[in-house]
Amino acid sequence: MSKDVFVLIEHHDGAVTEATHELLASARSLAAATGGRAVACLLGQDARPLAEGLAADAVLLEQDDALAAFVPEAYVAALAALIATHDPRLLLITNSTVGIDVAAPLAVRSGRPLIAYCEALALEGDTLVATSHVYGGRLRAEIELRGPAIVTVVGAGLAVARGDGEPLPAPAAAAAPAIELVPAPDLSGLRTRFIARREPDDGDVDITREDVLVSVGRGIDGAENIELAQELADALGGAVSGSRPVIDAGWLPKTRQVGKSGKRVKPRLYLACGISGAPEHLEGLAGPELLVAINTDPNAPIFDVADYGTTEDLFDVLPALVEALQTAGA
Amino acid sequence: MKIAVVLRQTVDLVEELELSEDETDIEREYLALKLSEWDEQALEEALLLAEETGGEVSVVALDEPDVEQTLYTALAKGAAHAVKLTGLPDELRWSGPRAAILAEQLRDQFDLVLTGVQTTEDLDGQISGLLAGRLGLPHVAAVVAAHADDDGRTVRVEQELAGGVIHELAVELPAVIGVQSARRPPRYVPISRIRAAISAGGIEAVPAPVVPAETINVRRLFTPRSSSQAEMLTGDADAVAERLAAILAEHEIVSRTGGAA
Repeated sequence: MSKDVFVLIEHHDGAVTEATHELLASARSLAAATGGRAVACLLGQDARPLAEGLAADAVLLEQDDALAAFVPEAYVAALAALIATHDPRLLLITNSTVGIDVAAPLAVRSGRPLIAYCEALALEGDTLVATSHVYGGRLRAEIELRGPAIVTVVGAGLAVARGDGEPLPAPAAAAAPAIELVPAPDLSGLRTRFIARREPDDGDVDITREDVLVSVGRGIDGAENIELAQELADALGGAVSGSRPVIDAGWLPKTRQVGKSGKRVKPRLYLACGISGAPEHLEGLAGPELLVAINTDPNAPIFDVADYGTTEDLFDVLPALVEALQTAGA
Repeated sequence: MKIAVVLRQTVDLVEELELSEDETDIEREYLALKLSEWDEQALEEALLLAEETGGEVSVVALDEPDVEQTLYTALAKGAAHAVKLTGLPDELRWSGPRAAILAEQLRDQFDLVLTGVQTTEDLDGQISGLLAGRLGLPHVAAVVAAHADDDGRTVRVEQELAGGVIHELAVELPAVIGVQSARRPPRYVPISRIRAAISAGGIEAVPAPVVPAETINVRRLFTPRSSSQAEMLTGDADAVAERLAAILAEHEIVSRTGGAA
């Protein structure tokens, strides 16, 4: 096993994702502390310009027509070949659709354990201790990693620290990475084929541009109750958004979804109504100025990240707030 | 088309979670379990696919608390077969050992295996990907629609990426799919039909295959200490609303006289 920390570079439409850049920075801190290199694994077709913009010690670039778009089977085969050849200590992958799709089959294929939903890694001597979300973010788990592993990372970046909790130093400014062109394995027999990419409809309100979002979760309990949230959003000059269960149930259109598979928003006010605060939802919040949570469950994780909270029923609080705003304006 | 749907009983997160004495698990004795919400979506997509292709759906689950209710509900919704894997080993908290058992049960039996894209207990990876890895089959996660091609040998799936971007992929069968959400909200089934399914029996109890599998080394579970716990507003809804209105004015999100700032 080498001491290197590998990072899968997730890119779409010619751009590396923000979460991947953040993960690379964590990988560089970790690699510096363990005496290894932070190595970017870049899979694509004509991807060299992307390689040059990566803040890594080295880039392993695999290029093949079959890697032109994200095809999970191709990614697993390409990454398995890199792991077999280079035997890194860690492969870090963001907990995106790409990460969820690739990490588990790759773990089985490469015979390495997978730790999912990781938010922090601590270096205790030669042992790495991963801290991961579990049970919808209500608990954390500490997992010991004595050997090589694959880790998928949630949220905004991976916190890296020594065993005593002292954060590892931020990485030094990166020089241009050494780019190594690696032959891709034979990808001619793939059973998965990319057909098309579709952008979401953009005819609706753009929730990423709203200053105020009244966001509803499962607790809104039906499409007929969205109106309550809309009345408050109207009073505040904002828009209504929602968490995944609300979108899946068809109570709000897909364009209004906040979270990992929806949009990442940064309003001035985010009013979370009946939203538990699962990690996938919180990934869609890019630090709102003020986060207020209304949820009857006092243990809901949303209260861990909110500025203000109440366990009063949203069906009472929303109309009362509309009225309070109207009274103030009367 | 023969479709298998793997269903998992997971902790109902409205419950208070208490840690076990050694802090490596939660106290499970009195904990209510329910079908993982993503698995419910997978079942719906499977039933839609079976209706379109004239195929049939089998549901497979490990023998865990309240699993009969889940399996009978699936039968009432239209699943043709329900299998409960019995005689399970003790250490099945995380996904790896579960996937090892399920993969042996499902191997070479189905054209398509569907399950939820994740559960709340996937500390060591999601079941769909682990199954695909063990079965050596292609895998697509975060699927929001699956349609069979006319030749019956390929499914076309829509995979959801960040920001609502969709990738369309064609996958040759057999394959494993992790479902994010079905094309339609899961169907409602009246309690009378579930009762009828219970009366008819129909759950096949099958001894779980014995498969050695390594598991991860969880040192402890703990409740996260938040760096920024919310300031809780107390009083009735009117009092909370008054205070919130004042807070919004302090932050100049609304003007001092109400309304958008």
